[in-house]
Amino acid sequence: MNIVVLVKQVPDTYSERKLRESDGILDRDATDNVIDEIDSRGVEAGLQLTEAHGGEVTVLTLGPDRATEVLRKALAMGAHKAVHVVDDAFAGSDALQTSAALAAALGKLEFDLIIAGNESTDGRTASVPAMLAERLGIPQVTFVRALEIDGTTLKAERTVDGGYTEVTSPIPAVVSVTEKINEPRYPNFKGIMAAKSKPVTTFSAEDLGLAAGDTGGAVSWSIVLDAAPRPPREAGEKVNDDGSAGTKVAEYLASARLI
Amino acid sequence: MSDVLVLVDHFDGALRKVTPELLAAASRIGNPVAVVVGAPGTAEALAPALAEAGAATVYAAESAEATQYLVTPQVAALAAAAAATSPAAILLAATIDGREIAGRLAVRLDSGVISDAVDVDADAVATQSVFGGSYTVRSKVSRGTPIISIRANSIEGSAPAAAGTVTPLEFSVDAAASATIVAVHTEPAGDRPDLGAASVVVSGGRGVGSAENFTVVEALADALGGAVGASRAAVDSGYYPHQFQVGQTGTTVSPQVYVALGISGAIQHRAGMQTSKTIVAVNKDSDAPIFEISDFGVVGDLFDVAPQLTQAVQARKG
Ligand SMILES: Cc1cc2nc3c(=O)[nH]c(=O)nc-3n(C[C@H](O)[C@H](O)[C@H](O)COP(=O)(O)OP(=O)(O)OC[C@H]3O[C@@H](n4cnc5c(N)ncnc54)[C@H](O)[C@@H]3O)c2cc1C
Ligand SMILES: Cc1cc2nc3c(=O)[nH]c(=O)nc-3n(C[C@H](O)[C@H](O)[C@H](O)COP(=O)(O)OP(=O)(O)OC[C@H]3O[C@@H](n4cnc5c(N)ncnc54)[C@H](O)[C@@H]3O)c2cc1C
Repeated sequence: MNIVVLVKQVPDTYSERKLRESDGILDRDATDNVIDEIDSRGVEAGLQLTEAHGGEVTVLTLGPDRATEVLRKALAMGAHKAVHVVDDAFAGSDALQTSAALAAALGKLEFDLIIAGNESTDGRTASVPAMLAERLGIPQVTFVRALEIDGTTLKAERTVDGGYTEVTSPIPAVVSVTEKINEPRYPNFKGIMAAKSKPVTTFSAEDLGLAAGDTGGAVSWSIVLDAAPRPPREAGEKVNDDGSAGTKVAEYLASARLI
Repeated sequence: MSDVLVLVDHFDGALRKVTPELLAAASRIGNPVAVVVGAPGTAEALAPALAEAGAATVYAAESAEATQYLVTPQVAALAAAAAATSPAAILLAATIDGREIAGRLAVRLDSGVISDAVDVDADAVATQSVFGGSYTVRSKVSRGTPIISIRANSIEGSAPAAAGTVTPLEFSVDAAASATIVAVHTEPAGDRPDLGAASVVVSGGRGVGSAENFTVVEALADALGGAVGASRAAVDSGYYPHQFQVGQTGTTVSPQVYVALGISGAIQHRAGMQTSKTIVAVNKDSDAPIFEISDFGVVGDLFDVAPQLTQAVQARKG
């Protein structure tokens, strides 16, 4: 079975992330950029399925030139090939535009399953997988913590607020995984060397037949009006426990009328 | 005045708390119209509560299939309601399902979507709190019908009561593009409040040391009438279930009081709790970064401090 895994390059969550003052769009130059951790779990899930059922994993990203780094990372983990949707025309895309470009790229690929992360760590809209399913006219099985393929049927445990549901679906489908799905493997030396010669195909907006009037922040479906940084929190009182700190906390909470 | 559609979030025959909040937000923009998706009879049963919360009309999108498929019945129902009313906006809860319904619906209606808003004004301009509350962003849908998912506990005020007239709504679900729900397992919530909505949250980290030791965290949470949370390290170590994780990839909480026990305060943990009103931390290490954002910090052993605090709180309650 052939699987496309979506991977996104995001600002490292260990660094301080910034929005550009001019337009409130993510400043990707202000931080280190890495493969979103959740997407390395998506790659792992894809690799485990192809190891069990045969077939190939293709990783797909939409992002600027340097997003090839995350494709190389996924190839080093063991993905077979990569597709990079890259064009200055995509800068500032919203989730609708991102899903439209990804769906157009998927239209050029063969797949039995699409795997994404449940929620990116930057935009966090948790909506791209559902948007893709709608654009492709297939089911979406999201927030999956356990996944199994039986012939042409997919069985999954899906996390919901306050529990989980058992879900089945025909394939092809769009699956999104949560961080409980697996622990991603680390690329080893052999994998890193092999990645260098694996194919990376690029698509521009024109290659995908996307009209100039529909791409990029200037014509997005939603716009940022303004963005203001929140003043940093100040540290308050700090005490060493002399055997009465528990009581002191209670006094503090009571004096602030919190208990 | 234009209609504003609200997808009713309900469970076990009752409205979830976020639904009146959505209706309140809708009433700022226009005339609140509730859309109930469920098994036959659901809308009739919820109508009095919806009328009280401000719904002028209650659309009943009901069928046996409505509860059988994942997300697509709600998308179909909202698309049908949008065709019937040409609404000024469509509001949903920013839950797992809500954000996905919003996503699929946005594509179907060729409309923009704003995810996880913490406020919305009369012009459907939404406020988002991003990067763990480091920025406040105001944004607006510029194409199609604004579809906005709203975080629970963030909308103030309420809508005036309205008629709540139940009206059947025709809709059809494309089974071929739907996943089927086979079984639902809800974990008993017990007496504790919902993590995302609680006004007090007591969280334990790796410093708690074991699953058994989490009773120390639970006892303090119960004394304070709060919810229990956990760091990812505590979840990964198997001390506490995943759905209680607070942080970047867990739940975002913003309670009146957040108590961090044995949590170092990694940036990804802070991203899920740093907008709490008051933060109390107990940590053995006086250099732990959690103290940088704590209003009251205790350098000490949580197994001494937390039980004493629990007792002191109980004593004050009498
Ligand atoms: C702070 C912030 C807030 C935003 N709010 C909104 C908003 O309210 N509405 C809106 O329309 N847009 C919004 N955006 C823009 C949006 O984040 C981007 O368009 C983004 O590319 C897609 O959404 P996401 O990151 O939220 O993805 P999610 O839906 O959270 O991502 C889930 C998964 O989809 C896949 N995926 C997502 N993007 C890509 C990609 N570029 N390449 C490959 N795979 C991908 C990954 O597997 C990812 O794990 C926001 C951006 C930021 C930085
Ligand atoms: C992409 C990504 C997403 C992440 N998402 C999240 C998330 O959602 N939530 C989250 O929490 N983390 C998240 N993390 C992990 C995060 O980086 C930290 O690893 C994690 O928060 C550490 O948890 P901790 O503070 O419990 O453990 P540690 O950092 O190990 O801290 C334990 C603390 O307990 C103290 N301690 C030990 N014993 C005692 C005692 N008896 N009394 C008092 N104090 C004691 C120690 O001094 C120490 O400070 C994420 C990481 C990444 C890369």
